[in-house]
Amino acid sequence: MDKPKLATCSLAGCFGCHMSILDIDERILDLVDLVDFDKSPINDKKAFTDRCLVGLLEGGCSTEENVHVLESFRNSCDILISVGACAITGGIPAMRNNIPLTECLSEAYLDGPTVYNPGRVLPSDPEIPLCLNNVYPCHEVVKIDYFLPGCPPSADTIWEGLVALLSGKPLDLPYQLVKYD
Amino acid sequence: MSKDKITFTIDGCEVTAQPGQTVMQAADAANIRIPQLCYLEGLTPHGSCRVCIVKANGRLDTSCTLPAVEGMVVENNTEEINEYRRDLVDMLFVEGNHICPSCEKSGDCELQGVAYELGITAPKYPYQFPRRETDASHPDIFLDLNRCILCARCVQTSRDLDGKTVFEFVGRGPDKKLAIRPGARLADTELDITDQVVGSCPVGTILKKRVGFAVPVGERTYDKEPHPEQPVSE
Amino acid sequence: MNPEAKAFMIGVCREYGSDRTRLMDIVRRIQEQERHVSLEAMELIAEELGIESVEVRSLVSFYSFFSEKPQGKIVIRVCNDVVDLMQGGAEVSRAFEAALGILVGQTTADGKFTLEHTPCIGMCDQAPAILVNHVVCTRLSAAQVPRMVEILKRTGDPQALVTQYGGGNNEDERIRSMVQNSIRREGEVLLAPREAEAGLRQAVAMQPEDVVRSIKDAGLRGCGGAGFPTGMKWEFTRKAAGDRKFLICNADEGEPGTFKDRVLLTEKFDLLCEGMAVAGYAIGAQEGIIYLRGEYAYLQAFLESILARRRKEGLLGTEILGQKGFDFDIRIQMGGGAYICGEESALISSCEGLRGDPKTRPPFPAQKGYLGCPTSVNNVETLCTVACILERGADAYRALGTSQSAGTKLLSVSGDCEWPGIYEFPFGVSLHEILQECGATDAQAVLVGGPSGTFVDPAQFNRTICFSDLSTGGAVVVFGPHRNLLRIAGEYLDFFIEESCGYCTPCRAGTVLMKQRFEEVLAGRGNQSDLDYLVELGRTIKSTSRCGLGQTACNPVLTTIANFRPLYSALQKAPDDNHKASFDIYGALRDHEALAGRTSEIFPHTN
Repeated sequence: MDKPKLATCSLAGCFGCHMSILDIDERILDLVDLVDFDKSPINDKKAFTDRCLVGLLEGGCSTEENVHVLESFRNSCDILISVGACAITGGIPAMRNNIPLTECLSEAYLDGPTVYNPGRVLPSDPEIPLCLNNVYPCHEVVKIDYFLPGCPPSADTIWEGLVALLSGKPLDLPYQLVKYD
Repeated sequence: MSKDKITFTIDGCEVTAQPGQTVMQAADAANIRIPQLCYLEGLTPHGSCRVCIVKANGRLDTSCTLPAVEGMVVENNTEEINEYRRDLVDMLFVEGNHICPSCEKSGDCELQGVAYELGITAPKYPYQFPRRETDASHPDIFLDLNRCILCARCVQTSRDLDGKTVFEFVGRGPDKKLAIRPGARLADTELDITDQVVGSCPVGTILKKRVGFAVPVGERTYDKEPHPEQPVSE
Repeated sequence: MNPEAKAFMIGVCREYGSDRTRLMDIVRRIQEQERHVSLEAMELIAEELGIESVEVRSLVSFYSFFSEKPQGKIVIRVCNDVVDLMQGGAEVSRAFEAALGILVGQTTADGKFTLEHTPCIGMCDQAPAILVNHVVCTRLSAAQVPRMVEILKRTGDPQALVTQYGGGNNEDERIRSMVQNSIRREGEVLLAPREAEAGLRQAVAMQPEDVVRSIKDAGLRGCGGAGFPTGMKWEFTRKAAGDRKFLICNADEGEPGTFKDRVLLTEKFDLLCEGMAVAGYAIGAQEGIIYLRGEYAYLQAFLESILARRRKEGLLGTEILGQKGFDFDIRIQMGGGAYICGEESALISSCEGLRGDPKTRPPFPAQKGYLGCPTSVNNVETLCTVACILERGADAYRALGTSQSAGTKLLSVSGDCEWPGIYEFPFGVSLHEILQECGATDAQAVLVGGPSGTFVDPAQFNRTICFSDLSTGGAVVVFGPHRNLLRIAGEYLDFFIEESCGYCTPCRAGTVLMKQRFEEVLAGRGNQSDLDYLVELGRTIKSTSRCGLGQTACNPVLTTIANFRPLYSALQKAPDDNHKASFDIYGALRDHEALAGRTSEIFPHTN
């Protein structure tokens, strides 16, 4: 029988949560016994090739592309897990949410102290995704099945979570593994 | 007619209380945990966060303000009540800008502690992202209203224990906020680093400068177990 | 600050003995004279009272009639209650904006006018209505506005807007108001003819405890909405330890759609004073306070004059009716525009010169109320009824109404009906009967008890007004078939958010979350799970809030979901397990699309 498939992605995140996945150290060998990786930065696979059992989401939605990827995960995975503070609350990127987008972009491209932009042009290539007015946590966009909090969640948290799901047990993290930082 | 002891039950356990004690005080004495947030020993119970809500004789009320009464039947650790508590804690998170990874109170924050205790992994409600003020003018103390949960501990401590009334609430409803002397900065007030108010804040709103991140992750107040006996360090 | 202003403010503080508990009165006087309470004024008051200026600001910022920024000499407050909006209130607002050249919330550059919105001012029977300083103008239309502004500009006198008086005591030279009483049904108790002071004479012929028993026997329950047995409240207050006790009359009716106390104050103020004296006698209080809502300031001079007359007649003051040891007097405490102060413990806070935060209970006011003394807080209608009960006897009162709900109830009827106004019905009257009598033939819904009550659908119009069915302070608002009921529910929810004191978490934060999701549903971005969310959130707010405001704030939404479900179903999206109905990608992209001058290629607009 084929092993279940696992996909991961980093939306508006810092890849710290992916680092934490790698922090499971030698248990990654056990993980490879349990699952095959589908679309993921870990194997650099850019597109889904199969339906997946589990999708791990790092980061919230800051751009239209984030929403698009998130929707493709929802459509391709049976179970979606928001991993880390950004996926769950918007996190650090969401600190822009109480500043209007126009102000954010002006600060970044026009008026910031280190900006050199004599033409005062805001980048607007169609290749560059449009920003959303706010950064949204994943569960405000699509249905999310489970949450692994942390910034990043510890390797143990991710390991416990994944093993529980892959072995069909309820996801019930001990106190020490539920952290928001 | 006053008896010298009151007997009642919490979740079926018999508890004794002194006359005049609240349900929370009696529970604390009996080592029965009632999740709590705005309550701080030594202050008049404020009863505003509502987290310590219990069902007493079928009626919901805050245990910090509810006097223990002979024969009272109190429900505390039930799914119904804990669900209310999670909702309330969640409201406090989304109402302000609680970005735990960027907060130096993280790990020692009582809001976080009670959320961990209640097993909250994700907010049920959408974060509101209000625009709030900060004040770094004081040489020793930093004020960040992004994290204020309006518990009134600082208002009461400054007024009743320090005798200074540095803080008060202004505005009402969703616009209610913590304030200092109108037109002044924190540095212009009588606030001093030795004031008791500095240690009264449950969250990262009133912070001592230059002591953040001193305790390593894993050893902070709420890292290992919920509501440890030892209260929050600062 | 100029020296005169400074001298004035210090004078005001000292007039009130520089007493911190009279901060409401001090701030109110300064607001009226100076048109605002500046930071300097706060510092000055604080110094004079020996408190911190942030404490003064705490109070000033709580009440909507006080302002930190200078207001115009004339403040026009347009009532934006639902009923006023239904009858053209929004058009009136816009007409004032146009005539004054400012927006609501602004002050003209010459400092002459400020334009504001204000929630229900107790004139739903003659909406749309406005307050111009203390002057009430009713039954307005947008067409009248330019001429009104012209008169105000010419005379600078709001009273110049009043050309016709509204009948009854509204014509009294100390009121001179266009407000009409609109008494439509005179029932058997409050609005029936009676012998003046008969209740008070009867009371003093009895022992105080017998007066309390009489009220208990009559089965009288509080008429403000909560329905607590009056006799029991009095007994608690009477028996509470303490030599100094207070009787407070709650004349802060603020529930949108309520105006019955306005009429009682205007036409039956002697009856009220009589009832207050009876209550004072019964509970052993020598001091009475009438907490009069700021919106009814136009009645203040009239009420004060009656108090003065009663003192002369020996009906107030020392040895009332010649009875040795029966001393009782009344002062009027003006409110500052805060609905929450209708809640009895918030009202006490306000009387004490504090923010209108409800107090922690226990202790209850009967044990520790105003200034820590035993206090009974009773509604205007309750206290008027007291005098009538003493006059006729408990049995006669009990014989009216139903077995569980004795007596009669004043109803304030407004909205889509032929004859809005005051109706005195015996308890047990059905909505059918009320609708028939007020001339509402095609009601889509009736709101009973104001927005903190229940939206009732036509299938339930056989329900009755009584404590075991539809318990109410008396507001009955009728909505015709053409009204958008859900939009109305949303406007009422806004009212509660605006009027929340902000003390407790669920009422302060939860109601905002409720409104946010409710708007998504109204915009068609909701499905079943969003309705479930509203119901669950509403349950938490209702169950965990600290006072009646929070406990009922979600009722406009919850009772429409319960009784008008098809209205929601019509807006609902199909269930979708995978996507959140409330997430609006087009709305989220709007800002950047506008900024970038292009539209999304990933999420192209379909139309």
